[in-house]
Amino acid sequence: MNEAVAALKRRVGPETLALAGFLACLVVAFSAFSPRFLSVANFNSMAFQLPVLGLLTLAMLAPILSGGLNLAIIFTANMSGLTLAWVLIQAGGTEAGVAAFFVGCVAAVAVGATAGGLMGLVVAYTGAHPILVSLAMMIFLRGLGEFLTRGGDISGFPEFVGRIGHGSLLGIPVPLLVFGAVAFGWHVMLKYSRHGFSVYMIGSNIRASEYSGLPTARTLTLIYTLSGVLCAIAGILMVSRFNSVRVGHGEALLLVTVLACFLGGVDPFGGFGRVAPVAVALVILQVLSSGLNLLGANQHLSTAVWGLFLILVMVLRHMLSRARIFLKKRKEI
Amino acid sequence: MTASAAGEAPESESGVSGWALMLRNVNKAFEGVQALEDVSFSVRIGEIHCLAGENGCGKSTLIKIVTGVYSPDSGTEIEVFGERHASITPAQARTLGISVIWQDLALFPHMTVAENIAFDESVGLIPKFFSQGSSYRRAEKALNRLRVDLDLSASLNSLPIAKRQIVAIARALHANAKLIFMDEPTSSLTQSETDNLLRIVKTLSTEGVSVVFVSHRLAEVIEISSRLTVLRNGRLVGVYDTSDMTQTRLGSLMTGQELVSEVSARDCSGNPPVLEIEGLSRSGEYSDVSLKVRSGEIVGVIGLIGAGRTELAHSLIGMTAPDSGSLRLNGRRISPRSVRDAISAGIAYVSEDRLTLGLIQQQSISANVVITVLSKILGLMGLISPKRQGSLVSKWIDELAIQIGHPDHAVSTLSGGNQQRVVLAKWLTTSPRLLILDSPTVGVDVGARAGIFRIARKLADEGIAILLISDEVHEVHYNSDRVLHMRNGRIVWEHDPASASLSQLEARVYA
Repeated sequence: MNEAVAALKRRVGPETLALAGFLACLVVAFSAFSPRFLSVANFNSMAFQLPVLGLLTLAMLAPILSGGLNLAIIFTANMSGLTLAWVLIQAGGTEAGVAAFFVGCVAAVAVGATAGGLMGLVVAYTGAHPILVSLAMMIFLRGLGEFLTRGGDISGFPEFVGRIGHGSLLGIPVPLLVFGAVAFGWHVMLKYSRHGFSVYMIGSNIRASEYSGLPTARTLTLIYTLSGVLCAIAGILMVSRFNSVRVGHGEALLLVTVLACFLGGVDPFGGFGRVAPVAVALVILQVLSSGLNLLGANQHLSTAVWGLFLILVMVLRHMLSRARIFLKKRKEI
Repeated sequence: MTASAAGEAPESESGVSGWALMLRNVNKAFEGVQALEDVSFSVRIGEIHCLAGENGCGKSTLIKIVTGVYSPDSGTEIEVFGERHASITPAQARTLGISVIWQDLALFPHMTVAENIAFDESVGLIPKFFSQGSSYRRAEKALNRLRVDLDLSASLNSLPIAKRQIVAIARALHANAKLIFMDEPTSSLTQSETDNLLRIVKTLSTEGVSVVFVSHRLAEVIEISSRLTVLRNGRLVGVYDTSDMTQTRLGSLMTGQELVSEVSARDCSGNPPVLEIEGLSRSGEYSDVSLKVRSGEIVGVIGLIGAGRTELAHSLIGMTAPDSGSLRLNGRRISPRSVRDAISAGIAYVSEDRLTLGLIQQQSISANVVITVLSKILGLMGLISPKRQGSLVSKWIDELAIQIGHPDHAVSTLSGGNQQRVVLAKWLTTSPRLLILDSPTVGVDVGARAGIFRIARKLADEGIAILLISDEVHEVHYNSDRVLHMRNGRIVWEHDPASASLSQLEARVYA
């Protein structure tokens, strides 16, 4: 039994296990207070809400691992969504076909990749701080988007687009499938690819990475480009879920993605963090907000609870690491 | 090993004013492990004393007991300027005039020189009015005692390390320190800065201030101090006069092993050349450098900091581009534009700065070893194969006998000597033709240094050409086949360790 636990710990990591344990407690607590919590309807609603935030969080995760940050994720997603909307409307609005949607998606991903790639190039070659670069990109995209849409909503898409956002395949919501596939790909890229290896190393010490022959500039450019691609996928999902695009849609999610990363144990200074615990952290945030909602709490209250929760986690983590250092010292000396 | 005649002070002298500090039977255990066992340590008034020993020998624990950070276990006797204490608190240490200048100096980078020196005036239970004029005057007085001239209003972070150190000393003096401990004070100084520091320390000693030097550099330890105390594994090895001490003897005392320094030079002129540099220049860094390193040969490059030796290495690995001249490796002309180019050409570079450039300290030992050879550990679908990574890492850990807990532990958990072996592993995985070792023993214990050079010699025997860059004359003399002396960016002399003596080379380098 103990051996099985130890093996699981090695494979999954103590961070993920602790978060999963906490998640289990939350689920038990909410089920005890609200009979509706453990219902198919509630799980479905969570499964449809989670993916957009999830994709944006993964888009935030990779730049943080490389020692940076991408503040432009929301507006990159908005601009990509806008691109898709534009293509659909050019192709006849509600009459647009599947081919137009496909072209629109490709164009959206291209826009996302371009926005990310530009940031990556500037970060890699000028050495400007990623916070400043992505903040500038965020303001640029917001201004551009508001100028193009005159601040209004764009809607009137074909009916099948909505089915992507609201439909299920084999009983699993399509957005959740998309998120699952992307999260798996992200996990493999970060953990097993040379590019992912470089991202972690650069996040810890970019100069030492350069002295070891890692392609630092290329890695940074690529990671921001990929972050932009993920934003575009999130943007496409947003179009299909809300059946409309507005610049500024989802703005409140920006800092929640940072929160989810830190909750998932990502080092704010780069170099350390994994996809699995971040995914569990996302589920925790979703369960907290859905559960409180079912208990009849105000939506703003659940945001407040998220914040409090993060503070609590930071304090707990600090105490744990102190305890660990203390125990280690006792062992060493 | 017994303490020599210069050792412990006879009982009758205690209480007499000739001693600044006298410790007897110092014991300190942490959770059952004896960090210090029956150690005695004494410093005369106005004496320059050296505390020597490898990492983990108990030097820092001893300093922390004297300054009140730790309280010693029972049985310990402490006497400061003739007064007995069972233990000392940090505040007491300060009023008794005991001061420590740690390696990181513990100054305030954004405050001015004067504010840093006069800092202790501004702390206390009751806030005092801090008059700028008077603090300037007092700061100036402290600097005058050291006979140095510094701009009092300069911000500390605008000063080089050497000057900051002087500020730290002045701050101690200003706080009426009569016994100053200096922890590795010369580790980041150039030779002339070191000389300047040693001069200041001598000034202090003539004023009756006692200074305890804690240093790794054996040569300067012997040069500056009049007596030295050697610790090993928490015990006293002995107290010695430096007049009859040699570096070799001190090294053996510290490590407990016979360290033999024998010239290992051999004639490699028959071997094919690996690296050929012809008239290489880069403005402001080095000029008209021509040299050859043959297969199996270790060529030492000696020069003081600023001589252009590291800058030359940076051009060899593609970090900077030379303005003119040519580079050949195995007869083929190369012009590396990046470290990656240099690696594929067969050049490996062990940086002098292991902490920030050589290794990624927070990351695992395993990741640090494979970072240079990711393409060699790919498996399915071009992804990194953890199995291949694991076997490559364990191969090199065995090969270089690296002492580690687990390959997944952070590199920062290793000792300096083992870290340097990880750096070597990381570069040897690339199967280099030319290995550049830039000050490979910085921060490495005396005992572990020999191990590093044994590895270097073994690699040379396997046919690798080695360029050994260093600012320690005896290191290049004893471990190279030929030594090139670099000064002001030029190679000015070739020294043959087999036919010329160490002192001849020393005379040239320090001329």
